[in-house]
Amino acid sequence: MLMFILRRLASGLVLMFVISTATFFLLNLTGQDPVRQVLGPVASAEQVEAKRQQLGLDEPLITQYFQWLGSAVHGDLGRSWFTNQPVGELLFQTLPPTLSMVIGSLILAAGFGTLIGVTAALRRGRLDRGLQVASTLVQAIPGFLVALVLALVFAVQLRMFPATGFTAFTNSPGKWLASITLPVVALALGSLASIALQVRGSMIDVMQQDFVRTLRSRGLPERSVVVKHALRSAAGPSLTTVSLMFIVAISSSVIIEKVFNIPGIGTQANNSASRGDLPVVLGIVLVTVVLVVVVNLLVDLAQGWINPKVRVS
Amino acid sequence: MTDNLVTGTRKSLEVVSSAPQGDKLIRKFLREPAAVISLVFLALLAVVAMLAPLISSYDPTATRLADVLAPPFTSEHPLGADGVGRDVLANLVYGAQTSLSSAAIVIAVSLLIGVPTGLLAGYRQGWIDGVSMWISGALLSLPAIVVLLVVLARVGRSTSLALVVFGILIAPSVFLLIRGSVRAVREELYVDAARVSGLSDIRIMVRHILPVVITPTIIQAALLAGAGIGIEAGIAFLGLGSSDKASWGLMLNDASQNIFNAPWLLLWPSVALVLTVMACTLVGNGFRDALANYGSSAGRVKTVKAAKHPGSTPEPARPMEKAPVDPGDTLLVINDLRVSYPRPNGEKSDVVKGVSLRVERGQILGLVGESGSGKSQTAFSILGLLPGQADMTAGTLSFAGVDLLGMTPKERNRLRGARIGYIPQEPMSNLDPAFRIGSQLTEPMQHHLGISAKAAKDEALKLLARVGIPDPERVFRSYPHQVSGGMAQRVLIAGAVSCNPELLIADEPTTALDVTVQADVLDLIRSLQAERGMGVVLVTHNFGVVADLCDQVAVMRDGEIVEVAAVTDLFMNPREEYTRLLLDSALDSTSKTANHRPIDSGMTTETEGAR
Repeated sequence: MLMFILRRLASGLVLMFVISTATFFLLNLTGQDPVRQVLGPVASAEQVEAKRQQLGLDEPLITQYFQWLGSAVHGDLGRSWFTNQPVGELLFQTLPPTLSMVIGSLILAAGFGTLIGVTAALRRGRLDRGLQVASTLVQAIPGFLVALVLALVFAVQLRMFPATGFTAFTNSPGKWLASITLPVVALALGSLASIALQVRGSMIDVMQQDFVRTLRSRGLPERSVVVKHALRSAAGPSLTTVSLMFIVAISSSVIIEKVFNIPGIGTQANNSASRGDLPVVLGIVLVTVVLVVVVNLLVDLAQGWINPKVRVS
Repeated sequence: MTDNLVTGTRKSLEVVSSAPQGDKLIRKFLREPAAVISLVFLALLAVVAMLAPLISSYDPTATRLADVLAPPFTSEHPLGADGVGRDVLANLVYGAQTSLSSAAIVIAVSLLIGVPTGLLAGYRQGWIDGVSMWISGALLSLPAIVVLLVVLARVGRSTSLALVVFGILIAPSVFLLIRGSVRAVREELYVDAARVSGLSDIRIMVRHILPVVITPTIIQAALLAGAGIGIEAGIAFLGLGSSDKASWGLMLNDASQNIFNAPWLLLWPSVALVLTVMACTLVGNGFRDALANYGSSAGRVKTVKAAKHPGSTPEPARPMEKAPVDPGDTLLVINDLRVSYPRPNGEKSDVVKGVSLRVERGQILGLVGESGSGKSQTAFSILGLLPGQADMTAGTLSFAGVDLLGMTPKERNRLRGARIGYIPQEPMSNLDPAFRIGSQLTEPMQHHLGISAKAAKDEALKLLARVGIPDPERVFRSYPHQVSGGMAQRVLIAGAVSCNPELLIADEPTTALDVTVQADVLDLIRSLQAERGMGVVLVTHNFGVVADLCDQVAVMRDGEIVEVAAVTDLFMNPREEYTRLLLDSALDSTSKTANHRPIDSGMTTETEGAR
């Protein structure tokens, strides 16, 4: 089991290294002069040169890369070219809203998705067909469209939730909940459909397996057969779907944050990317990959807990 | 949007092995109404996109201050104008152009990358496979929009570049599909034959493998189109798309900024976007369903009838045939048992046709017959564990003087495990792979006997020792995959007798085992039976087993009992021609192979009824 974790960790570190290196060179190879982008078209050539030296951009690219990598390993991701704020600090400010949304939406999607998927698998019939039609429909609707409609109905018309902004949990738990409700629902809907379909499919498979009949032959209560035994076997593929949904949620949250004007990592990414604040963009990519690696590791651990065979191989 | 693609890949892979080609598939597809309507919709959309200049005379990107938020349904602006005075209709039809070309770019890029790499990795395997799998995993773990932000940060707003990058990011979904398909057919005989006859790899790929992957690729292309259209809208909505192009995403962006004063602007782009993406998905699903239905004619059996809960109350017995339920010592009485399954065409197929049996206490009844004779279905009827779609009726079904037919599913469930035990056929698939063997033994005991976990554990260890497991402590702690088949069958026998049942149903308990273990397991069943005085229904096709164990034998054929007799009578003096035939062939094969496996070895894997 320990080897299993270590191998996954090593693979995650390699992924982080490869992605951040690729991002670094991608950001520096093409396009406009980054210093000109920072200072704008009216700055003089001397100003540009001075700024270039100040930012350390006069060094060869490879030196810049190792400098960045060296400090990144120590947890220093540099400073924003615009606000001079440390990138790490910026990430800490913008992560809570995004994580609130993403994790909230995954809990919602996994919970309701499992419930609906299991019910559809056990009942079949009309409910099942309804679910399949509904999820095809829901999967076809881009999340930001759901967000816009939710904002229109619940924020603009009914005024039940704030249309924009984010309140930190530490400031006011109630307002925090109100501020993330609509974004969470918008983010969750597509994942919910995917998870429900996945759970339904695996549950139908598992319920037809021999060991379920044997468990029934032992006279165990139906709830134990379904929830304790069958659902556990069906959870494996569904967990993989959840980890995919996490990546999708991170991606979609960039757009959802724009709809609800939430100062999260997505908004930060969008702003920094459009004004060429490379250290911040690089930091965001790194932290995103770290999140994905952590979630994949958690899912792998959960897989090992569910399926003892995984632990051995 | 990518979620749909990756889960779609998995679903397509499930049907790829049965991939038909050409006309038949298209005819199947044409029978899926939703898919056909979607295809027509997409075709109409393409026509609208091409005729855009004829439909609207406006330049979709031209802004006019005078027309800001012009109301809809005027002759000047049929659908109104947006927040900066652009004509909504013009944007809608020119947006269709952008959407469809986005779909084309994404499909082209991801197929160009995914198909060749998938073919190569699937066919060659080895390190190429390892490396490309790692890369595809890495690409799939990147949030698409974050990557697009990075790329566009340096290059500036560009829809087509973003779509190319997205095509690369999503290429793994194609790669995985093709790779999986190739791996599936690679092991097929005709590929082997081609390889043996010296065809070059390239020719094998083009001649034998490419045709198989074409259909799943079409399905995937439809889903990719939906994803491409969705991502284009997302990019434009974020303001990262090319500014000189009309886009539904851009329209939504404008609508979101005017959501307070002109919410109707949301309507048209939303409808267009949702319908188009949905149409793509439905076309893909339609192809997949056509494939799946083609694969198995019985594929739809499950959906024909709403599933009945296993063990649910059967239809009331016809009063005419209701024989008086035997009190006294008869353990099991079955009169006129009938089991049928619905066919796709609405008819019923009968698998058990009026079986009547009796089992006395402490008696072993052998239920013998060929595959498909209905013996396992009879056994499951006693247990109340027929598959949900099965339809069961009986004149009498009584256990220890109690009418089973009148019981609720809950009451039947209380009998199972406690008073009626069950030994399955295939040991490895009948243990829950996720739980330790110990907990699978103790859970029923705690439930039925109401004993503590500690007491249940002691009891389980005793049982494991009793069924001949040399190291009970270790096996108690093991997972099913860590023990051998013979060991697993002993565990299942221990589970079956753990609550001291009066009746044991054993469904081919030795068929899946090694010949060397078979005799031991039979000995075990016999000694447990003698020790506990259980009545046993032993389902088998093996006359060796029957001669070894049984008191009574019932011979089954085509769902009917042919002959019931005491075991010595049957062997000495079979009354029915069919019994004689079975006995002869059993003796024949035992003398030839000497492994107690009568009739033919093809019977070892039972596939009865709807199992």
